[in-house]
Amino acid sequence: MTGAAALIRLSAISKTYGSGQAAFQALKGIDLSVAAGEFVAIMGPSGSGKSTAMNILGCLDTPTTGRYEFQGVAVEGMTRNQRALLRRHYLGFVFQGFNLLARTTALENVELPLIYRGDPAGSRHQAARAALEQVGLKGWEHHSPNELSGGQQQRVAIARAIVTRPAVLLADEPTGNLDSRNSREIMDLIAALNRDLGITVLMVTHEPDMAAYASRVVHFVDGLVESDRHNGGHA
Amino acid sequence: MLWNTLLLALRAIRRNLMRSFLTVLGIVIGVAAVITMVTLGNGATQSVSDQIAGMGSNLLMLRPGQRFGPGSEGAPNFKDTDIEAIRNQIGSIEAVAPVVNKTATAVYQAKNWSTVVTGSSNDYFQAGNWVIASGRSFSEAEERAGKAVCVIGETVRDKLFGRRNPVGSEIRIKQFACEVIGLLKSRGQSAMGSDQDDAVVMPLHTVQRRLTGNLDVNMIMISVRNSAAIDAVKDQVTRLLRERRNIAENEEDDFRVMDPRQISETLTGTTRILTMLLGAVAAVSLLVGGIGIMNIMLVSVTERTREIGIRLAIGALEREVLLQFLIEAVVLSSLGGLIGIALATGATIGLARLMGIPFLFDAGINLLSFLFSAAIGVLFGFFPARRAARLDPIEALRHE
Ligand SMILES: Nc1ncnc2c1ncn2[C@@H]1O[C@H](COP(=O)(O)OP(=O)(O)O)[C@@H](O)[C@H]1O
Ligand SMILES: [Mg+2]
Repeated sequence: MTGAAALIRLSAISKTYGSGQAAFQALKGIDLSVAAGEFVAIMGPSGSGKSTAMNILGCLDTPTTGRYEFQGVAVEGMTRNQRALLRRHYLGFVFQGFNLLARTTALENVELPLIYRGDPAGSRHQAARAALEQVGLKGWEHHSPNELSGGQQQRVAIARAIVTRPAVLLADEPTGNLDSRNSREIMDLIAALNRDLGITVLMVTHEPDMAAYASRVVHFVDGLVESDRHNGGHA
Repeated sequence: MLWNTLLLALRAIRRNLMRSFLTVLGIVIGVAAVITMVTLGNGATQSVSDQIAGMGSNLLMLRPGQRFGPGSEGAPNFKDTDIEAIRNQIGSIEAVAPVVNKTATAVYQAKNWSTVVTGSSNDYFQAGNWVIASGRSFSEAEERAGKAVCVIGETVRDKLFGRRNPVGSEIRIKQFACEVIGLLKSRGQSAMGSDQDDAVVMPLHTVQRRLTGNLDVNMIMISVRNSAAIDAVKDQVTRLLRERRNIAENEEDDFRVMDPRQISETLTGTTRILTMLLGAVAAVSLLVGGIGIMNIMLVSVTERTREIGIRLAIGALEREVLLQFLIEAVVLSSLGGLIGIALATGATIGLARLMGIPFLFDAGINLLSFLFSAAIGVLFGFFPARRAARLDPIEALRHE
């Protein structure tokens, strides 16, 4: 996992929130390498810095110190625009709270990344419909988030994340707001995306049941990686 | 990029119909108010100057007191004999009319109407460009003796006689009966908005004897034969009256001679101030509209900041987000501006007709309010977005 072929490599990443008296170090030096095609679950107690690390991995936030290489390129050296383009072309993010645009149909939500990518309307619609079908929402294209259940909203969010065929799917507690049946369905979906499309998945979860889907489990404690081991068998 | 961003902006407008509608409404009200007020004010000013032009450029008005209008009570009125003196001692004069006004109620059979009775002479009709529509003006004997005869305006005829011909009938004013000998041709509203046809004209002596009870004259109208001579006549009249009123060399005039230009300036000055006042009131409404928009924007800032966070998270560039918000703001405020202009034009045409003033399209004020509304939209729609778009995506997403 530490070879030059790593898709993602974090070295000594730290993150301090606030400054002076109120400063709080959420990450205290994280080292982590992820190869293409892996399915990594990140676990750990609440407040251990999992979300902070995911946001840095997803280029939504910047580390205070340390080095982040994506496909061998240093992310710290990038401009805001370059990081936006990295998100646009390589990364898909799924949030615990879905983060869909309100009063906007599923189709238009899923289309959004393609509009920014500049795809023509025809192929854009086709790709968005295909992505919705892939997450099992055929027939729900014209429903807006308030007309969808939590599980369905998270499926829309996943469709939006994968419609661009990203190299990496980052999911921060994607089943955190869902009941167990919906959680299992979402996990099956994510595992299938990893297995069938070869999308690298990094996922934060509290529940061992969910972590069991991953090929590798990383434990965070107090802003540090406490353990990092491969799962025996695939679920 | 522009096309796609336009699409995103239009979708955002559609998504937030209520907010979009309120934004547009705020601008519509402000723009329409400003344009309507200013355009009507301009029309009123124009109609005042038109009417003054119609009054003729050869009219002088003499009033006691230093200033035109109220505040002239302190100075003594003119006398009958002043009229004679002017007529006899000053050349190039066409008509000299004394004017005494008195409010009184005119009664005919069961109908009565409160009006202004003017005591004057036949010169009054000439100086004021009045035409006798039917009947006749005063005879010399009637003027001299102060006979109870009168010439009435169209409004008085209408109120007392309806469509009937009043000539030859007797109306009662205060305690005396007065024969209607003539009817004035209708003239409509005056420059100041009063009804010029609401008039009863009698010989000066009749009014002095029966209504005011003294020999005072409130005003003198002088019509000059040739408007080029107006300044010379003005000087002569001033000198003559100073002499007659015993004003010492070092004292100021206690009367005032107004020439057409001054009259026009006084009147149009008034309407211009009124226009400015209306414009200011309307500008306040534009500002209030702007504040309304600001409120709408501030209320939605949390939702919009999170929306910006979502857009940034899925790979939008800062400038794409900004362009989207700019387009949204410009589209909404331009739409509001255009609707406001259309509404104002319609309202102004209608109101101008109703008020009997000309409709004068003022491109300047239309452009100005349009630009101002666009500026408001951009200010309140774009700048809050700019702050959000500069955040790290995660900060924008966390916004509460
Ligand atoms: N924006 C922030 N400002 C200040 N402290 C923060 C912020 N975000 C997270 N933290 C703190 O950093 C620590 C790690 O947070 P987080 O990464 O969200 O933990 P986890 O996702 O593992 O529960 C927590 O103690 C949290 O209070
Ligand atoms: Mg978390």
